[in-house]
Formats: sequence, C-alpha cells, structure tokens
Amino acid sequence: MPFIHRIGPRSYVFADLKELMAKATPLRSGDMLAGIAATSAEENVAAKMCLAEVPLKTFLSTALVPYEVDEVTRLILDGHDFSAFVPVASLTVGDFRDYLLSDAATPETLARLAYGLTPEMVAAVSKIMRNQDLILVAKKCRVVTRFRNTIGLPGTMAVRLQPNHPTDDAAGVSAAILDGLLYGCGDAVIGINPASDSLPVLDRLLKLMDAVITRFDIPTQSCVLTHVTTSIELMNRGAPVDLVFQSIAGTQAANRSFGIDLSVLREGYDAARSLKRGTLGANAMYFETGQGAALSANAHHGVDQQTCEARAYAVARAFEPLLVNTVVGFIGPEYLYDGKQIIRAGLEDHFCGKLLGVPLGVDVCYTNHAEADQDDMDTLLTLLAAAGVTYVMGIPGADDVMLNYQSTSFHDALYVREVFGLKRAPEFEAWLQSMHITGTDGRLLPADGGHPLLGFVAERAA
Amino acid sequence: MIARDPWLAFARHTPARIALGRTGASLPTQEVLRFALAHAQARDAVHTPFDAAAVEAQVRALGFETMQIASAAPARDIYLRRPDLGRRLAEASRAALETSAHNPVDLALVVADGLSSAAVHAQAVPFLAALKPWIEKEKWRVSPVCIASQARVALGDEVGAALNARAVLVMIGERPGLSSPNSLGLYLTFAPRPGRTDAERNCISNVRAEGISHDAAAFKLAWLLKEALRREITGVDLKDESDALLEHGRPPLALSAAGGG
Repeated sequence: MPFIHRIGPRSYVFADLKELMAKATPLRSGDMLAGIAATSAEENVAAKMCLAEVPLKTFLSTALVPYEVDEVTRLILDGHDFSAFVPVASLTVGDFRDYLLSDAATPETLARLAYGLTPEMVAAVSKIMRNQDLILVAKKCRVVTRFRNTIGLPGTMAVRLQPNHPTDDAAGVSAAILDGLLYGCGDAVIGINPASDSLPVLDRLLKLMDAVITRFDIPTQSCVLTHVTTSIELMNRGAPVDLVFQSIAGTQAANRSFGIDLSVLREGYDAARSLKRGTLGANAMYFETGQGAALSANAHHGVDQQTCEARAYAVARAFEPLLVNTVVGFIGPEYLYDGKQIIRAGLEDHFCGKLLGVPLGVDVCYTNHAEADQDDMDTLLTLLAAAGVTYVMGIPGADDVMLNYQSTSFHDALYVREVFGLKRAPEFEAWLQSMHITGTDGRLLPADGGHPLLGFVAERAA
Repeated sequence: MIARDPWLAFARHTPARIALGRTGASLPTQEVLRFALAHAQARDAVHTPFDAAAVEAQVRALGFETMQIASAAPARDIYLRRPDLGRRLAEASRAALETSAHNPVDLALVVADGLSSAAVHAQAVPFLAALKPWIEKEKWRVSPVCIASQARVALGDEVGAALNARAVLVMIGERPGLSSPNSLGLYLTFAPRPGRTDAERNCISNVRAEGISHDAAAFKLAWLLKEALRREITGVDLKDESDALLEHGRPPLALSAAGGG
C-alpha cells in the first residue's frame, strides 16, 4: 500500500512502509549507499510528516522484513505483548512522540510498555524526534540487570574495562586491567577482544581475569568477546566463563553472516546460566550491535540501517542480557560518515534500546577514515551521560591497540562522573573504597605505589 | 599539579596508553597533545594523495613490469562513501588490462592504496623486493605489477580475472590505527573473479617494521601461494602453517619441505 503526502502542489509517494521509514530517516551515508535514502531535504521532511500520521497498529500488520523468511520478524511479532500495547494502541507515530515526552510517560509506565512495543514502532518514532527528545525519553527509561553487581540504577553509569592487547600477552593485558581498576573502571565487565581464535589462548585469558576477580574479590564479571560457539566449547572444557558474548544483527540473514541463529544463541544462554556463576542475578549474556551490520552483509531487505539496528535489540532482549552495546562509529564512514551522523546514531540507538527494555550502553567511537575526532566523542559521551546511558567503554588513553579504533578512556569516565555526579554500580563503588582506590565521594585517591593490585601484574610480568 | 601513576614500569608490556597520569579527572596536557599528533598522522595517512608514479618508478627499478590502473571511484571522498566503486575497475583500466593480457600467469600482482597511501609508499617496494627472490626460485609466472588508485581489496578479483591469473595478490594500505598509521595488508585469492568473498582469501596483516617484517611476510606469502596453487584453494580452508618451517625463528632459504602437507 503506497503512502502519499502533499506539500503545496507536490505529492510525495512512498511505495510502502519500509520506503517511507527509509526516506524519513535523518540522512546518513549507509542508507545512501543502499540507495534508499531521501533524495532531497524536502522529501525527507515529507516522509517524516507522512510517517507521523501512520497508526502504531500498522506495524503489527505490516512486516518490513517478511515473516515467512525471517526468524527475527517471527520473534518480534509472535512475542508481541498486546495487553502491554493497549495504552498506546490508538496512537499514531506522531501522537506517540507527544505521549513519550508528556508527564504521563513515567519510568513506571514506560517499563510496563516495553514488551508492547516492536522495534519498528520505536525506530519510527525516533525518526521524527530531535536529539533532545531522544535524550529526554531515554532518561526516563530504567533497565536494571544483575550478575555480580547491579547495573543501570538511577544516577549510575558503568564502564566496561577493555584491556585489549595485539598478541593477548598476559602481562600486557594485566597491566591494562590494573590501569583501569586503579582509575575506578570495570563495573560493567572486564571484557577482552582477543587477537587469537585459539582455544588455549582464550582459556588462558578467562583464567587470568577469573584470578584477578577472585583474588581481590571484585564485584564484577569477565568476558572474552569470541563467537558464541567458541564460548560454548570453552564452557564444555570447564573454562570460567561469566558472560557469553555475541555480535548480533536485526535480520536472520545478517545473523547467518555472523554464523549464528536464535537457536545457537539459546544454546549459549542455557550453557551460561547453567554455570550459575552470577551471585546477585542471572543476566549472563553480552551482545554488541551496530548500524550498517545488515547492509554490509547484504541482508537488509531494503530496510534502513537504523530500523535494522532496532530489530537487533529485539533479538537481544529475548536472552535477558546483562549488557548490550552499539559500537556506533566502528564500522566506518560508508555507514556513518562524520561526527554529526555518529552522534545522531548513538542517541537513536540508545533511545531505541532503552525504550524496548534493553540495558543499552554505547561504544562511543570512530575510525581514522571517518570525519570525526575526540571533540565529537566528547560531545556524544556528554549527551549520552545526560540521557542516562547504562555504560560506556574504558580503554587506556582511548586508543585500542588491537582493534585500531578510538573509543572512550578511563579519564573520560572520570570526566562524566565529575560533570554529572554519576556513581558506579553500588557494589563496585563500595569495593573501590574498601581498596582505597577512591574516597567516600567517589573521586580517585592519590595513587599508591604499594597497592596490592600492582603485585598481581608483577607476578605475570616475571 | 600532575598526579603521576606509580605503575609506569608496566607500560613496557603493552603498546596501550597506560599510566598516563592525570590532572583532576583529566589527561595531562602532554598526553592530550601526544594523542592529537597520533590522530593527525593517522588522518594524514588516509588522505595523503597516492603517488602512483613514484611507486611505479620504484617497482620498475626492482625489475618488474608495471601498469597504472584505477577503480571506479573518481575521488577520495567518494571512495570513502562508496566501497562498491572501489571494488570495480574504471572502464579505461578494464580495457587496458584486457588488451595487455596474453598468456596465463600464476600470480597477478596489485599494489593498492586502500585506506593508507602512506603504508603503500613505505612498505610496498621493500615487500616486493623481499618477494622477488621467491618468485624467481619457484619460477612463478607473474603479471605486471598493477598500481591501483582508490582501490579496495576486491578490485584484485577483477584484475586477476582480466589477466587470466591463477591467483591474485593485493598489497594494500590498511585502515590506519593510532599506533600503526602505515601498515600494509596482503590478500591472496585463488581463482580470482568478481564476487569472491573475504572468507575465500588468506590475509597477512600488519606488515611493517614494528609488525611482521618484509622478509617474514614474503616467506609466509610464498608458502601460502605454493600451497594455494597446489591445493587450488585459498581462504578459511587453507590454514597458515608456515611457522613450522622457520629455522630459529627465521624464514628458510627454500620452500621444498612445504610440499609434504
């Protein structure tokens, strides 16, 4: 069914809902690459105006990616909670924006609404929202998860400590873990992207992190970011796996390009929970996503990249993850060209994830061939902190020496805590104080050259 | 004013930027500027114009024939936005390659700017110099070295097909990292033709003085090529086992022992 919108003498015709969604999307290079972006500024706004008049119910009867060929669409529609949807069932996309921004939309009502919403509804409303709207509504959403600590409480922001090393060297990884912990980071997870795929190497990294967490009784969790099937194999061999990681995307075909489907994720989920390594909760999955993943696998079905991304959050929430983050600027300028596009996408992703009930963090990042720099990252980090982001990355000096990109640093985390008064996960905050790393105000104490954590690294360096 | 971190001694175990110290919550001035310089160098590596003529002259001086080709991306900004154009030949280049091709070759050679011209300027010629003795020893028939502008890895598929090559080697500037702005990547593809996927290639990355040396990379590549031509595959099913032939960590003088696998 075509959608038509008149502006003065001109009629804009959009062939179907997915074309309307694509043309209503704020301009970005990935949709241009796919040949689905609006071709003029006026067409972009005409599409937004037209989309604002579409009833939310339409998204329950019109699948953008066909139900028959895509298990993610089936997951979304079969799992839809209509009773949760009832309070907004009569609204259009435009009304829905007004509702979300109104005082009637409280943290409690939004939490009850989450499973009544589909990713397509959430993506649609985000397309007609300004950046400040995305921040204000996300700030109202509360998503709390637990493994060995409590992530996502109001007034907190967690940090993933990312101690990557180009050759997975034990002393090098330990030194970066020490650096992060002594800068007060690591409550979300201590998570390594390994350079190697070799099982003995991954096992060694898991044991290294388990040793530091156990020896110092740190209320946090570890993860080696390797393929879910590799984590399952490691668990079968008795490796100490806390969180099971996987990159996911919003279509079945894109997930196939990652070598996964929903049943493999289910296997990983079951295996991780059966280990019962969480002390406070059983949220044991860690997912990463990013706009452009479906297009780069030629698996987008003509759907815009932001909507595909929101669909990935529906995959994530089916597995009760502890952490999910968009790696917003990692994939490159062919999908998000510059700082402006990366900032917009970061706010959209965070908003969509939170409204769907997913504990969304953001890897605020860029590559050296994108038109972006640290100032753009400062801007996005600050906006996300204002929006109540669940967690961000902590990388020594913001320079990932294994993956060759720039993200946020331990210092950046201190900066946003200072500006916004954000606390860490409470159990981790208490641990830092007990270890004399921070004072009662959460600020770092002067560094102590005799700190026992230094001894842990010295042993690995010997 | 600056709080120093008393674990600076551990910095020798990692290239990561640890123990930077702080002023309040923030980086010391010296570190902010050091980072800015590294980013500037990486940016320049992406945007440095490719000096194809100079690279061509140096490659000729090694004794290779050469030709210059271009992708369908006419400029750098378009190249960055449209990876599909960087994977296709410009019409004129396709015509030139098809005219030049006569006899089949074992290996088509492509030097491509990729995302770092600086990497190609620094590494391509010394790498080819290291590879040349292996080509001569193994008596491989090779194409002229095609110097390709605004090129992505998959451009080599079209070049290899046009030149009637059994395999293609693309030597390309890698996406520059902050700590490695001039690293060369090597991609080997058996039976090149448009539509090959990355899972069908073997890759040797991080070729530079601080990473894999030119000699080590040339040996690895020669080992992979010999196996690729013998087993008629590249990609995930061809595992790099060349390290087993190293003698005291150094490449051997010949590949003769490689045929046994």
